[in-house]
Amino acid sequence: MCLAIPGKLIKIYENTGLKMGEVDYDGTVSQVCLEYVPEILLGQYTIVHAGFALSILDEEEARKTLEIWQELLEKADQFRDKPGHD
Amino acid sequence: MSTYLNEFRDPAIAHLMLDEIRRLVTRPWVIMEVCGGQTHAIVRSGIDQVLPSEIRLVHGPGCPVCVTPLETIDQAIAIAKRPEVIFCSFGDMLRVPGSQQDLLSARAEGGDVRIVYSPLEALQVARENPDRQVVFLAIGFETTAPGNAMAVIQAAKEGLANFSILACHVLVPPAMRTLLSSPDNQVQGYLAAGHVCTVMGLAEYEEICVDYQVPIVVTGLEPNDILEGLVMIIRQLESGRHEVENQYGRSVRTVGNPLARDMVARVFTIKDQKWRGIGLLPKSGLQVREEFAAFDASKKFAVTDIVTHEAAECISGIILQGLKRPDQCPAFGTGCRPEHPLGATMVSSEGACAAYYQYKKI
Repeated sequence: MCLAIPGKLIKIYENTGLKMGEVDYDGTVSQVCLEYVPEILLGQYTIVHAGFALSILDEEEARKTLEIWQELLEKADQFRDKPGHD
Repeated sequence: MSTYLNEFRDPAIAHLMLDEIRRLVTRPWVIMEVCGGQTHAIVRSGIDQVLPSEIRLVHGPGCPVCVTPLETIDQAIAIAKRPEVIFCSFGDMLRVPGSQQDLLSARAEGGDVRIVYSPLEALQVARENPDRQVVFLAIGFETTAPGNAMAVIQAAKEGLANFSILACHVLVPPAMRTLLSSPDNQVQGYLAAGHVCTVMGLAEYEEICVDYQVPIVVTGLEPNDILEGLVMIIRQLESGRHEVENQYGRSVRTVGNPLARDMVARVFTIKDQKWRGIGLLPKSGLQVREEFAAFDASKKFAVTDIVTHEAAECISGIILQGLKRPDQCPAFGTGCRPEHPLGATMVSSEGACAAYYQYKKI
């Protein structure tokens, strides 16, 4: 019921008066209702539950998280490289 | 940004988070992950095996299939057996044991039971079969309620008189409160369910933090999300703070998704709800508003003669409350297996027993 992985919007269309789309999960394509994320654009990633897109993934937020992790990783590597630590 | 997946599963980052957890921990803590999807990610990736011994993760009630009450399963089976009915359900529900049988065996006996992935598919079945009654088993947490609400609104718009939903929606925050209020409670902090909060936002969790003085970190579902959630909550626990923090900012906004929340409120009202294995929890469920009674299968098909019978050996209620682990159940893997489940926690893709059976070689 809960496909918890993000999918990429590859098509927008209308069906029975509802804004719909096709979402690609790494090759598997699903039909998804977009009524709750009307501002979504092609190429954006979304979280879908039971055929309904519930959020547009915020690229800026995701990048911030990954940058913080990367910085920590670099710091840890430097710390490890210092003499006296193994 | 490539796929929002691999970047959040980088093992080097996972090791970094684990180092940070080891550095932070000075004493034992009990942390509950609420969401069944997180339970599966934890057990599958082995996070529970590599945490320092001071950190005990307990698995929460966040499996909607598991907590759907036996009465609803029995009611669903009774409706599914009616000759005029096409009964549509998520696949997860078909093998959930009712008192006497499951939906799959109702289908074997001639019931027209169909698997759908979305309530909109059930609507399509109703359009294509105007001479049959199409009933959708509308279960789930706050994540599936917006879709089910939309299906009702759409059916009303189109005048689809042969469509109805058997609604059994449960709400997460009341269950979190109940667990914290229990005299047996051991939970000191919550990793809250990222996708439920994607819909509902953070307000209800702020109140829980204040009322119970426990930290809550809204957390995503990838392994490194969960590890970062643990770093954040352990940092709070070790410094005596109790706040709501949002680890999953890429999906969760403070206000949630207002369009989805409004649609849920338009179609459903809040009611006291029974949770399988846990009991009646005040204001923890949703029922279809009187205005939409024509699309409420519980009103359309009165099923009155239900006498429920739960397998005595099944301890899924205790497992759902985080008081025991699946492998502490005497029936686990012997009398209870995915092919012959005693309880729903063994069949659902979000159930803790299914996660242990699938990923732990016990």
